[in-house]
Amino acid sequence: MELYTPIFVLGGIGAAFVVLSMVVGALAGPKRYNRTKLQAYECGIDPTPQPVGGGRFTIKYYLTAMLFIVFDIEVIFLVPWAVHLDALGMFGLVAMVLFLANVSIAYAYEWRRGGLEWD
Amino acid sequence: MIPLGLPEPTAPALTTQAPDLDYWLLSPLLVVFAVGVVGVLVEAFVDRRHRRLTQLVLALAGVGAAFVLTLLQVGSLPEQGAGVGVAFATVAVDRPTLFFQGTILVLAFISLLLIAENRDGESAFAAQAAAVPGSEEERAHVLAGSQHTEVYPLVMFAVLGMQLFPASNDFLTMFIALEVMSLPLYLLCGLARRRRLFSQEAAVKYFLLGAFSSAFFLFGIAMVYGYAGSVHFADVYAAVGAGGAGVIEDGEPLLLIGMALIGVGLLFKVGAVPFHNWKPDVYQGAPTPITALMASCTLVAAFGALLRVFYVAFGASVWEWRPMLWVVAILTMVLAAVIAVTQRDIKRLLAYSSVVHAGFVLTAVVAASADGLAGAMFYLAAYGFTTIGAFAVVTLVRAPEGGAEAGDLAQWAGLARTSPFLAGALGLFLLAFAGIPLTSGFIGKFAVFEAAVAAGATPLVVVGVLSSAVTAFFYVRIIVLMFFAEPAETAPRVLRPGGLTGTVIGVGIAATVLLGVFPGPVLDNLLPQPSAEAAVGTQPSGAGIVPEDMFVR
Repeated sequence: MELYTPIFVLGGIGAAFVVLSMVVGALAGPKRYNRTKLQAYECGIDPTPQPVGGGRFTIKYYLTAMLFIVFDIEVIFLVPWAVHLDALGMFGLVAMVLFLANVSIAYAYEWRRGGLEWD
Repeated sequence: MIPLGLPEPTAPALTTQAPDLDYWLLSPLLVVFAVGVVGVLVEAFVDRRHRRLTQLVLALAGVGAAFVLTLLQVGSLPEQGAGVGVAFATVAVDRPTLFFQGTILVLAFISLLLIAENRDGESAFAAQAAAVPGSEEERAHVLAGSQHTEVYPLVMFAVLGMQLFPASNDFLTMFIALEVMSLPLYLLCGLARRRRLFSQEAAVKYFLLGAFSSAFFLFGIAMVYGYAGSVHFADVYAAVGAGGAGVIEDGEPLLLIGMALIGVGLLFKVGAVPFHNWKPDVYQGAPTPITALMASCTLVAAFGALLRVFYVAFGASVWEWRPMLWVVAILTMVLAAVIAVTQRDIKRLLAYSSVVHAGFVLTAVVAASADGLAGAMFYLAAYGFTTIGAFAVVTLVRAPEGGAEAGDLAQWAGLARTSPFLAGALGLFLLAFAGIPLTSGFIGKFAVFEAAVAAGATPLVVVGVLSSAVTAFFYVRIIVLMFFAEPAETAPRVLRPGGLTGTVIGVGIAATVLLGVFPGPVLDNLLPQPSAEAAVGTQPSGAGIVPEDMFVR
């Protein structure tokens, strides 16, 4: 059982943090509502309308989301490389520069073809 | 503490040495990749008007340069022994690899010519793939003459995956190659200019089924890893030969399940029955130049990978996988031939014919010998040239109304009266498919069947010859239709072959005839001939089915 104690403790702290911050926020925060604030939060796009058969939603948002995922993956590769840079030496540096250059080329394409323009 | 029965965790060994890559042996791959990347930059920074020409010149130069580098590498391989393992031996550069890569590059070069064909500013690809089919936006893009020149970098990335696929020397590299090859193809399939919904449907089907088969492949890798404790082909081979790697007791079921699942993944890409269902739909819906690319290059790459997995990694358990491939080969040859007879659409018919031909190549794989390997290599090369030629002819025959291709075979009736050259060319390609002597198809069939008979798979060859006869029936039926039937009332509009398509058809005819009449120079030099004293000196060991010096282990 002791094996799981830290997990339960961590879970408890996490739950306590959520409850505490919501309670404190509800008690201490100012309450000036407007329409936008009362909308459901969907990461920055307009909340998806759900008429019969499902509505269509704009693809612009997903372009940005995909950009984000590529950066995410980039970081996943960068962290172990950075931790072990001294052992990998010059080879690692060159390889990582090449990798970053290749990833940036995709961004250059997206930027030039208007993928970053919201409207 | 609860005793969990797990060994004490030990820190994994860290590689503290920087890897030593042999850039020379990787250069054909690197050139193609670089051209793809530069192609993306061209899309970003070059003016719209110059893009197509820039991309085409870049792509052709890149594929050509990669082919020359591949040829030069044949000389730099060690005289004796197999080849060289590159990048921690994850990539095997040996003679079969170089042959497959060279074939893929030549066929990709020809396909690129077909892809580049442009009539009055109209290519085979959608003006704006993102526009809703039939919408005002689409019409505006067609009028403005928009083109997706992204097609060229996508083809380059697909070709890169195809080059790596038969060269992979471990399962993870092979999986990455599989995905690099497939992802651009999924996209390219959905870009047809005409019948766009149909094309998009094909792309979605291909993507979903392809993802499904990739999952099978990955799961198989996990099983084999559980058995052998490694994904590297040499380690798997050693583990299979020793009856297990000591990772797990009685791991035989793991190996068998893994072998079967990896087989599913590879046979899907090859398009063997019962994993063939995507082929007719995708071949029919995709833009015809892309169909030509898939029917030739992808098939070569997939068989290269299949041969490497079963001959190298599972080379020591030939008695386990041979019955499986026997069944698949028989099913493929029989079912596809019978279904093909009922087809009314030329592209679907060619797709089923591609399935049948995959079955013929599988008979050579079943042989599990050097002859089988050589036969499969020759067959794939010969079939690739012929099939690109046949699809090139298909691009020229259009429906009387609108610009779509005349798929329905009824419209092809009496084609020889209006366009004797075109009908003659297609007739030659169909005869080569049927395996008539003096065409490359005959030599290829002879080579694979001979290898299968030598390996004791005579029943398989009997089935193969019978199914050949069935396929000959529907090939000849089309020839009769074109040459002796009354022209259809809705006669198709036959386009004059432009310089590019004309070249493709010409190369197809030349290769089909030359490989049929003078196959010797190619057929005899596919693999290093074992010297006489070596043949006497070494007894074939029970495990090694293919002479040790064919493949890097």
